[in-house]
Amino acid sequence: MEIPRHWRIRQQRYALVGEVCPHCNAKLFPPRDICPQCGEDARTPYQFSGKGEIYSYTTIYEPPAGFEEYTPYTVALVKLEEGPVVTAQLTDLGEQPLEIGMPVEMVTRKIRSDSDERGMIIYGYKFRPVLSRQ
Amino acid sequence: MREVAIIGIGQTPVDEHWDKSLRELAGEAILKALQDAQREEVDALYVGNMMSGILTQQENLGALIADWAGLRYIEAVKVEAACSSGAAAVRQALMAVSSGLIDSAIAVGVEKMTDEKGTEITAALATAADADYETAHGVTFVGLNALIMQRYMYEYGWKHADFAPFSINSHLNAMTNPNARLHEIISEKDYASAKMISYPINLLDASPIGDGAAAVLIVPKDSLKPNHKPMITIAGSAAASDTVAVHDRKDPLWLKAAEISSRKAYQQAGVTPQDIDFFELHDAFSIMAVLSLEACGFADRGQGPRLGLDGIISRSGKLPIATLGGLKARGHPVGATGVYQIVESVLQLRGEAAENQLSKAQIAMTQNIGGSGSNIITHIIKREDR
Repeated sequence: MEIPRHWRIRQQRYALVGEVCPHCNAKLFPPRDICPQCGEDARTPYQFSGKGEIYSYTTIYEPPAGFEEYTPYTVALVKLEEGPVVTAQLTDLGEQPLEIGMPVEMVTRKIRSDSDERGMIIYGYKFRPVLSRQ
Repeated sequence: MREVAIIGIGQTPVDEHWDKSLRELAGEAILKALQDAQREEVDALYVGNMMSGILTQQENLGALIADWAGLRYIEAVKVEAACSSGAAAVRQALMAVSSGLIDSAIAVGVEKMTDEKGTEITAALATAADADYETAHGVTFVGLNALIMQRYMYEYGWKHADFAPFSINSHLNAMTNPNARLHEIISEKDYASAKMISYPINLLDASPIGDGAAAVLIVPKDSLKPNHKPMITIAGSAAASDTVAVHDRKDPLWLKAAEISSRKAYQQAGVTPQDIDFFELHDAFSIMAVLSLEACGFADRGQGPRLGLDGIISRSGKLPIATLGGLKARGHPVGATGVYQIVESVLQLRGEAAENQLSKAQIAMTQNIGGSGSNIITHIIKREDR
């Protein structure tokens, strides 16, 4: 049980809220308060669009403790259209083969739950292939 | 600053030591280093270890191991820098002796991993990554390296088979190292058909875990007789850090901390990459060997696999690597690995590497990589008396 730890970053997990640097306009996710581009304070919240593309991906067959029941699952580095790269699972994958460069969008999903039935269920961002708009 | 010399080395075999505890392993390596140096005491002990708190529920290793090894009352601390904890401990010992505050020090790297089951070890290793933004999403350490390797292959057009020489070379070199974890020749066919762990990384891309300990004893060079043999000195030592998370790097395919620490070490030692006789690098995964060779100036960007394919990395090649098996086949007892690299380099420089002895071993380089490239420590070690 480590509830505050997950609660503390709910804005990031549920809404992809990062920061924008008021000095050089760099967009930051995850938030880091000091801009890595210009070294100035960067604490202005900024909500990302959730749109991006696959920078790299892999499938996990040997999971860490806590993820056994979801194995295998696919993890990616997603390059957001605003610039930053995030690590996240891919979800809602159909028959379409994955490839680097594929457009994806953020969705909120269950990431894992404690095996104890009274334990936490942890939700957060995953990314799915962009649905074709008819 | 005083120049420092390595006068004692010790190591245990890397194995599943079910009959030995963490303190026994560390004690064994320390005792061997003391005997090797013909000393009975030192002023300080630096313990490199990553996961004792998680896997053995034991911290405070400095005092625990000093006491166990018969060195009660000396200054002793644990140093942690993920997989580079071993080299970090050596560097602490070196800085202490070099500064003049300490006259002799032992750095011991130790890791006890195999008491726990696989998923717990995998989770413990993943504590080297960003807990909130990497590990929380279920990515493992192998997974992070797989993400890097997949992108590397995409950008530079290499096939998985092009990485085979690294694994084959390490396995071959470990055959005649009695302390190695694996004694098994592998072929290109074995490499291609090994069990997939996290595409494109299969079992033969990944180093095996294990229990083990290695130690070095360091003193000021000027405390030795001028004709001391063999005179082995640390000519360069530098560390650099980078972002913990792969996704935060400017270029996830470039080990900036390896570039910075190797450049500093070259400068301190007054050498260039061409002067290095052999390189004990951090081949935790084939892709890490490749990225290390590129960042240290041994290969152009994107061309690291070429060194394997052209035979340059073999014991008879221009730049032998992993000469006693490397992480891939000697094994990777995480916090001990960086000290094993230095112990093995000293064996080569002394001419004591038996069947693995290189014909030219005057200047060695070692590089220990923590995390997925977030903490990288480079050492250059010289034999000076010939």
